[in-house]
Amino acid sequence: MDVYILLQQLFNGITLGTIYGLIAVGYTMVYGVIRMINFAHGDVYMVSAYIAAITLAVLTFFGIQSAPFALISVLVITCAVTAVYGWAIERVAYRPLRGSTKLAPLISAIGISLMLQSYVQISQGARDQGVPTLISGAFRFGDGVHFAQITYMQTVILFASLIAMGILTYVINYTRIGRECRATQQNIRMSAVLGVNTDRIISTVFVIGAATAAVGGVLVTFNYGSFNFFIGFVMGIKAFTAAVLGGIGSLPGAVLGGILLGLTEALFAGYVSTDYKDVFAFALLITLLFFRPYGLLGRPEIQKV
Amino acid sequence: MTTPLLEIHNVTMRFGGIVANRNVSFSVERGAVTALIGPNGAGKTTMFNCITGFYRASEGEIVLNGRDGPLDIGTLITKPVTGGSHLVTRAGIARTFQNIRLFKDMSVVENLLVAQHLVTANNLLSGVFRTPSFHRAEREAVDRAYHWLREMNLADDANRLAGELPYGRQRRLEIARAMCTGPTLICLDEPAAGLNPSETRELSEVIQRLCTEHDQSVLVIEHDMALVMRISQHIVVLDHGEVISDGTPEHVANDPAVVAAYLGVSEEEVEA
Repeated sequence: MDVYILLQQLFNGITLGTIYGLIAVGYTMVYGVIRMINFAHGDVYMVSAYIAAITLAVLTFFGIQSAPFALISVLVITCAVTAVYGWAIERVAYRPLRGSTKLAPLISAIGISLMLQSYVQISQGARDQGVPTLISGAFRFGDGVHFAQITYMQTVILFASLIAMGILTYVINYTRIGRECRATQQNIRMSAVLGVNTDRIISTVFVIGAATAAVGGVLVTFNYGSFNFFIGFVMGIKAFTAAVLGGIGSLPGAVLGGILLGLTEALFAGYVSTDYKDVFAFALLITLLFFRPYGLLGRPEIQKV
Repeated sequence: MTTPLLEIHNVTMRFGGIVANRNVSFSVERGAVTALIGPNGAGKTTMFNCITGFYRASEGEIVLNGRDGPLDIGTLITKPVTGGSHLVTRAGIARTFQNIRLFKDMSVVENLLVAQHLVTANNLLSGVFRTPSFHRAEREAVDRAYHWLREMNLADDANRLAGELPYGRQRRLEIARAMCTGPTLICLDEPAAGLNPSETRELSEVIQRLCTEHDQSVLVIEHDMALVMRISQHIVVLDHGEVISDGTPEHVANDPAVVAAYLGVSEEEVEA
């Protein structure tokens, strides 16, 4: 039945899209505050996959069998460790270059990206790594022949993303640190004049971005089971696309862009061709930017004199 | 005789070969309005930027005799690792700008809350977990925000977006925001620019009230001479980067050097 194929692709697309959205958050927040594309962000995501696998191995070593407990501890630990990576990268590679030309931190970001890839390749090996399936099984809709299914892991992805986004929205809109982030995003110098420690806010944004990417990293790792040192590249490009699609600098835009990109890919793969799904996704991006140059929810930047 | 709040000693500011300020010395008294005036290009805003820590003066020193004793602004902003202009605000100097720099996409109250992070120090965790001390600090911050909104006649606009306010109100909101940082000295850069006569009158009342009711020290740059004469107790005149006159409004208004340098230019402006 056609309707089940459609339903299946919608499930898949939304799941994939929320992951894109989680990672796009890092791009969009960093861009919002310091107007810089953090090209190393995809590789931070890749590192988080390795951290997740190592944490799981350690937990298993200590005899922890319960899947929910393992998943939650892996999630928390990975977020924390990846956040440290995010903080350190900003501190070492970007902050010393602040105030220099706009291109310098971009080059530095590419350098960090290559460094992380090589470092993981050397320390963890170039081959694909895998993790055991933690949660198997699926909800099925339809009869025995025609059906759509949403795996338990996909459900976990949706819920975990939803919770992560909820926490993030709360922090940004209702806490003091979030208020400082929004103020810094709107006018970094004025915020400093009002006594906001903008360096600390920038660090915070990198920490938040890395932690949300880590949520994505953990979820993808447990969903697909395998990863290598190069996964950050493609995921980074996709998430960046999602951020641009939604309007870079806009947090809801990142999520919207992610889901839209995920759905487009899934539907095209399901109905037309798996090989050309990326071509179609990027063609859509180009078309959309043609009509809305600032993305779906982005706003044109007014040049101040 | 108490020490002045702010003392400026022989400050020279150069940009490459251009000298914007040469050997400028003056002081800002406590609890009074000091006006810095002069024709366009006299170096008033440059001086302001030195005082508020945007620029490091090439020579001379700027000393704030604030809450924590004498403090040299120049060394504050060039302090290694932790130095920066946010420290000048923390030391007690707040400012507004010629062009309005509100956080337009945030509500009026939020604009004021952002400015209070010095007064109520808090870390991320206490905010996320909502500790009692965080609650108290937040409540105090909101109270202070409303206090200054009332002082600036803005209480009705508390929950509007800052960018939606009429121009005159945005100006007053900037002053309210600067006051929320708890400054010992507030520096206003052309607060009346672009205001209509009734808005200007309201502004001058607000500034005078800061001074008389809150014993606030104010340093103001302004081109509207009627406003300057009405609100200030002390006037410093700059021309070509140098102080040409310094004293009470009566003294300055009758100073031949000021008449020559300043009024000549302003007559041309009137004709133009």
